[in-house]
Amino acid sequence: MEKKKVILNIRNFSVSFEQYESGFRKTGLPVIRNLDVKVHAGEMVAVVGSSGSGKSLLAHGILGILPYNASMGGELIYDGAPLTGERQKALRGNELVLVPQSVAFLDPLMKIGPQIRKGKKDRASREKLNEIFRGYHLKEEVQEQYPFELSGGMNRRVLVSTALMGNPRLIIADEPTPGLHMDMVRRVMSHFRELADQGAGVLLITHDLEQALQVADRVVVFYAGTTVEDARAEDFQSEETLRHPYSRALWRALPQNGLQFIRGTQPYVKDLPEGCPFGPRCGSCTEECKGVIPVREIRGGSVRCIHAV
Amino acid sequence: MKRHFIFIGKQMLRMLLLTFFVSLAAFMLLSVSPIDPLQANIGQAALGSMSQEQIGKLQAYWGVGEPPAERFLAWAGDFFRGDMGVSLLYRQPVAKVIGVKLVNSLWLMLIAWVLSGAAGFVLGILAGLREGSVLDKIIKGYSLLIASTPAFWLALVLLMIFAVWLKVLPIGLSVPIGVEACGVTVMDRVRHAILPAVTLSITGIAGITLHTREKMIEIMESDYVLFARARGESTFEIVKNHVLRNVLLPALTLQFASISEIFGGSVLVEQTFSYPGLGQAAVTAGLGSDVPLLLGITVISALFVFGGNLIANLLYGVIDPRIRRGGAGA
Ligand SMILES: Nc1ncnc2c1ncn2[C@@H]1O[C@H](COP(=O)(O)OP(=O)(O)O)[C@@H](O)[C@H]1O
Ligand code: SF4
Ligand SMILES: [Mg+2]
Repeated sequence: MEKKKVILNIRNFSVSFEQYESGFRKTGLPVIRNLDVKVHAGEMVAVVGSSGSGKSLLAHGILGILPYNASMGGELIYDGAPLTGERQKALRGNELVLVPQSVAFLDPLMKIGPQIRKGKKDRASREKLNEIFRGYHLKEEVQEQYPFELSGGMNRRVLVSTALMGNPRLIIADEPTPGLHMDMVRRVMSHFRELADQGAGVLLITHDLEQALQVADRVVVFYAGTTVEDARAEDFQSEETLRHPYSRALWRALPQNGLQFIRGTQPYVKDLPEGCPFGPRCGSCTEECKGVIPVREIRGGSVRCIHAV
Repeated sequence: MKRHFIFIGKQMLRMLLLTFFVSLAAFMLLSVSPIDPLQANIGQAALGSMSQEQIGKLQAYWGVGEPPAERFLAWAGDFFRGDMGVSLLYRQPVAKVIGVKLVNSLWLMLIAWVLSGAAGFVLGILAGLREGSVLDKIIKGYSLLIASTPAFWLALVLLMIFAVWLKVLPIGLSVPIGVEACGVTVMDRVRHAILPAVTLSITGIAGITLHTREKMIEIMESDYVLFARARGESTFEIVKNHVLRNVLLPALTLQFASISEIFGGSVLVEQTFSYPGLGQAAVTAGLGSDVPLLLGITVISALFVFGGNLIANLLYGVIDPRIRRGGAGA
C-alpha cells in the first residue's frame, strides 16, 4: 500500500470544562486527556468508545464548536499545519465537515434544499445540490420538504448530502446510524466508504464496534476520555492480535465471540482512578498501573498499557 | 375539511359561552354593587328637591328595583338581536358610544402592541444571543424591573417628565380642549396618544422580551444551531437562517395571546391620562351603574381577547409546517 498523506493528526489532545464548585472556586473538569488519533487521506478511521467517553466532544473540538466553557489542549494538526481557531472557522463546512446523528440536527422550520445550500440561491449551489441528490437517488421534490417529512432511509442520505456541498477532505461522522437495522447501517456505511475511496479522510465516531469493523481501516479504542489502543481493523479478527485489555474485552463482547461483557462501568471524569483509567476493571492490573502510562508501539499499532505484549 | 368545520363550530360555541358568562358576571357584580345609581348620577341635593313622581321616573330609567334576572335576560335578548341598548349616561346608543371610544383605544393599543412586540422581540434576541453578557444582564434586569412596575406609576412618572417638566406633550384627553371636532388634526391625535401609548408599550415589553430571550437561549443551544455552526455558518447567518424563523412563531403567538394584557393595561393607563378610550368608559360605566354600556364594553373586550387567543392558536397551524403539512398525510 502506498504511503498516504496524513490529513489529521491529533496528539495528546485534551478537553476540559470550567466548572464552579461550591463557592466560587473554578475547577477544570478534564473530560478528554491523552488522546491520539491520526487519519490519512483515503482512510476510514473508527473511534469506538462507549457512551459518555467523550467522542462527540472530540468531534466538536476538531471543528472548533465546543461550548464556551470548554477549553482544549494538545496538538491538532490538519493538512500539515496547526488547526487554529481561525483555520477551523475558515475550513468547517467546506473541507472539514460533520455528518450528524439524526435529522434533529436540521432546522425543523427550514426546507431541506435551502437548508443544505445554507440559504444560498445561486445557480452553482442549486446545480451542485441537484447533482448530489441524483447521486444518492433523492428526488428533487425532497428539497421542498421539511426535515420531519423525510422517511428514515431518506434522511440518512440527506444528512450525508450536507457534507458534500463543499469539498470535503475530512469527514467526521458522529454516530451516523443510531437505531438503524443492519441493512440500513451497511448502506449508510457504504456512503462513507465511497467518500474515503474518493480520497477524503473519514473519522467515524461510534459506540458500535461491530459496525466499525465492517468498513473502517483502523479502529481507535476510546475509554473514559483517553485513547487506549490504535489498531488495524484486521487485528480484531482474534483476541490475541489485540493489545489492550479493554479492546480485548470489547472483542469478547461481540456477538460472534459470545457476548461476554466485563463487569463494572466506565468511570465518570470526577471519579477517575490514579494511573490507568481501566485499572479497576482490569484483570492484569498491578501496582505500576497506578503510575504514568506511556503509549507504546506494538506490532504496527499503539497501546496505552504497560503490560501489553 | 370536516375537521375544520368541527374546529370552527367548537370555537364559536366557546366564544358564545365566554361572552355569556363574562357579561353575566359583569351584571352580577353591578347588581350587588353598593353604588346607588340615583345618588351617583343625580346627587343627594338634587334628589331632595324632586317630587316622588320624578324620582319614580328616574328609578325606572336607571332600572332600580327591577328584578335582576329579568333585566339581564331582557338585555341579552336585545343584544342577541343586534341591539346593544342605549347608554344611560351618554343617552346615546351603546354601539355608537363604544364605536367612538373603541377607535380611541384601538389607536393606543395598536401602537403599544406593535411597539412592545417589535422592541421586545429585538431585545429578547439580543439578550438571548449573548446569554450572560453585560447586555443580556441589562436587558433582563430592565425587563424584570418593568414587569414589577405598576402601569399607573410609570404613567405618572412619564407625565411628570414630559408633560409637567418638559411641557413637550399634553397632559391628557385625546384631543386639545376647546377645539371643535372638525378642527382636530391627525397630529393632535398623535400627540395626545404618545404618552399613554408609550406607557402601555413599556409595560408590554417585559413579557415578550423575557419570553423571546428564553426561546433564543433554547435555540442557540439546540442541535441544529450547533450543526449550522459546524457547517461554517457565521452567527449572523445562523440568526438569519435559523433563529429568526424559529423564534418568530412563539413570539407572535405570545404577542397575540397578550392582547388581553394590553387591554387590561389600557384601562389603567387611560384612567391615569384621562384618555377617553374604552377603558375609561368602562370605569365610568361601572361607577355610574350604566348597565347597558358596561355590558356592551365587557362583551366587546371579551371578543377581543378571545380573538387574540384564537389567532394565537391558529397561527401555529398556518405557519408551522409540522402542523400545516403534518396533518395532510405524509
Ligand atoms: N457542557 C458540558 N459541561 C460539562 N460536561 C460535559 C459537557 N458536555 C459533555 N460533558 C461531559 O463530557 C463527557 C463526554 O461527552 P460526549 O462527548 O457527549 O460523549 P459521547 O459522545 O462519547 O457519548 C460526558 O461525561 C459528559 O457528561
Ligand atoms: S495499564 Fe495496567 S490496568 Fe491499565 S490496562 Fe494495562 S494492565 Fe490493565
Ligand atoms: Mg455522542
